[in-house]
Amino acid sequence: MTPPMTKRRIEPLIWLTFSGGGVMAAVFMTPLAFLFALAFPLGWITPPDYDHLHAVVSHPLTLLVLFGMIVPILVHCAHRFRYTLYDGLQVKHKVAIAALCYGGAAAGAFAALDVLGSLL
Amino acid sequence: MTPTTTRTDELLYRRPISTWWWTRKLTYFVFVMRELSSIFIAWLVAYLLMFLSAVGRGDEAYQDFFDWAASPALVVLNVVAFCFLVLHTVTWFSLTPQAMALRVRGRPVPGVLVIGAQYAGLAVVSAFIYWLVTG
Repeated sequence: MTPPMTKRRIEPLIWLTFSGGGVMAAVFMTPLAFLFALAFPLGWITPPDYDHLHAVVSHPLTLLVLFGMIVPILVHCAHRFRYTLYDGLQVKHKVAIAALCYGGAAAGAFAALDVLGSLL
Repeated sequence: MTPTTTRTDELLYRRPISTWWWTRKLTYFVFVMRELSSIFIAWLVAYLLMFLSAVGRGDEAYQDFFDWAASPALVVLNVVAFCFLVLHTVTWFSLTPQAMALRVRGRPVPGVLVIGAQYAGLAVVSAFIYWLVTG
């Protein structure tokens, strides 16, 4: 039996977004996480002035870049975690896992839209 | 990771595999850790969104966020998450030459050049973000 047409259409798109998200996570999240999760909170580097940072993150171009980075990363995470559960941990509830993973990514994308939209 | 199984695959007999197969060999263990990095990367995305939300709420919320981020539990979580992110980055860059066979003027580009170019890209992006953020 051949897979349904929609599945065949969606799968390559998900794999493409997975790859894009992997690159985004490696190239953009690494410096961002280092600065905002470690260096600034721990005082290794003096945190930026609030007004300056607010001006940077509320710029429409920054918001667009952040959204374009966050959504593929979330799809990447969802796709990878889905297969980790299938292949790695041998969990067999395929539909529930797919719904949980991609549903989580979709919820994250809406949360990102909400947060980034509030900065405009 | 493997592509999604088809209905035909599901009908075939498969020898049961232990849930803990990945603990038997270091390479298997690293493979599963690399795959599990997705959870920690998702956490860092959520953390970044919480930070941006704090920036949107004003100067006081911004300072409070950094105080919260410096709490021991969160520092431990973020250090672990960052280690997984580095694992993702290193393994992702290493796998790229195998996933993408690049050719220039008909000649294959050596894998070491592809990997080096990615680290150079990471360095440029890091420098740009640092400059943009710290002003």
